[in-house]
Amino acid sequence: MRDAFIDELCRQAEQRSNVILIVGDLGYSVVEPFAARFPDRFFNAGVAEQNMLGLAAGMASEGCHVFAYSIANFPTFRCAEQFRNDVDYHQLAVTVVAVGGGLAYGNLGYSHHAVQDFGLMRLFPQTLIAAPGDPLEARACLRYLLDHPQPSYFRLGKAGEVAVHPEVPSVAPGQWLQVVAERGAASARLSTGTMLHRTLASHRERDTPLPEDLFTMPLWGAGCKDSQAAQLARYGCVETWEDHYLDGGFGSWLREAAALSGSPTRIRSRFLRPDQTLGHTA
Amino acid sequence: MTQDLARRIRINALSMVARARASHIGSALSIADIVAVLYGDILRVDPRRPDWAERDRFILSKGHACVAVYAALAEQGFFPTEWLDTYGAVDSPLLNHVSHTVPGVEFSTGSLGHGLPFAAGKALALWTRGQTSRVFALLSDGELDEGSNWEALLFAAHHGLSNLTAIIDFNNLQSLDTVDNTLRLAPLADKFAAFGWAVREIDGHSHDALREALSAVPWDGKRPCMLVAHTVKGKGVSFMENKVEWHYRAPDAAQLEQALAEQGGGADA
Repeated sequence: MRDAFIDELCRQAEQRSNVILIVGDLGYSVVEPFAARFPDRFFNAGVAEQNMLGLAAGMASEGCHVFAYSIANFPTFRCAEQFRNDVDYHQLAVTVVAVGGGLAYGNLGYSHHAVQDFGLMRLFPQTLIAAPGDPLEARACLRYLLDHPQPSYFRLGKAGEVAVHPEVPSVAPGQWLQVVAERGAASARLSTGTMLHRTLASHRERDTPLPEDLFTMPLWGAGCKDSQAAQLARYGCVETWEDHYLDGGFGSWLREAAALSGSPTRIRSRFLRPDQTLGHTA
Repeated sequence: MTQDLARRIRINALSMVARARASHIGSALSIADIVAVLYGDILRVDPRRPDWAERDRFILSKGHACVAVYAALAEQGFFPTEWLDTYGAVDSPLLNHVSHTVPGVEFSTGSLGHGLPFAAGKALALWTRGQTSRVFALLSDGELDEGSNWEALLFAAHHGLSNLTAIIDFNNLQSLDTVDNTLRLAPLADKFAAFGWAVREIDGHSHDALREALSAVPWDGKRPCMLVAHTVKGKGVSFMENKVEWHYRAPDAAQLEQALAEQGGGADA
């Protein structure tokens, strides 16, 4: 998915001269195609995320769409206030790109586990979260953000995710994207990010005979809770899947949306428990 | 000319802070001369077109000293001076930390250490586009405790952002105590020089020195410029000068009267 992201960014940068890529001294064997093709629009800010985000905001204030690329928690938690004040508050076209969502970098330890990032980034009222489930969703999300420049957080897995969709899908904030439709389904599974592959595998292997629909939601955030009630209303039960803690996560976001709208749909959630990431069991 | 603008900035700033019972008058008086010279003689800006693409950009990183900038913008015609009377009111656009919703203000600050990275980003974008606009950022000395500034110093020097000028309001007083007693910055000019910036040190209340230095940037044509401006916190009001409590206090009616009298023009000047 990383490669699809960079490939799409290069394609779009050919058409859009305001696209800038800043990296926090990370992206080896990923960002080189962009750096080679657009050397005057590629900057390595060094191991300095606060400045990277401030730079990105400053460039965006001059009309650039800046992609600030790093790993896991570095471009989010390390510089959260820069994102809050400089990017979100000023409504600037900065897309923070984090590779290694969830436990994609599992063996690298807790420092590299992005399991609270949704919780942080969905606090920002003017920010859109992009968490694509496959390389085609990544392309779709990138195109959407370039067409609708705004503060945004782009959460990628690692590499090697296979395509699920037959073609680049049409995406919109808060919109459930159907992956499997079964006749008479009264329940649904809804994933965000690379959990799409897990829900799909689980769906295929499940032992319950009841029909169930499968969805992915690659674009969501604080500003699109209103759109959930109508989609929830189609089902008696929806199960969310995410590689993130329950607190502040995607499932909690959907529960907030449901509660605010008075939705009667029952919501269950699959999520990561802290003992799965802290390296010890309680 | 800029002396009169500085005097008006001080009078407005004192009146605004007294009326609003707000803090940070010492910080505003400290930069009144710097801001007056910038808006009076240096910045290429057009009050009728605050978003003019070819303008110079000014970032107030020490956003708590906003009354000095609001006063300068009003005096220069960016918005009616009557707006200044609303400072401190709940529905006023003039927030107590500098706000980008005010015409002429590029960037909201308030949390320290945000201005220089943002200014560097602006300078980089302008440079990339081949624009000749310049970027000026005004920082406090205590603000330099924030590591983000030093990240930006590295970046701007590495990329030779000669369209970027930073000014340090070096009054040696921060929130609780002197800089020397908090986190020593000396030798500050040497630090900036070691980071690869062109550095000058001046009396930050001398309009001639400010004008001479700021009108000559970039000083060597290839490096970002750092102007260390030695200032006095509370400058121009005898009982506020070099007193840490005037980071917080607002003058009462008698104090305001005395402070305005010391400006040599009175409240209606």
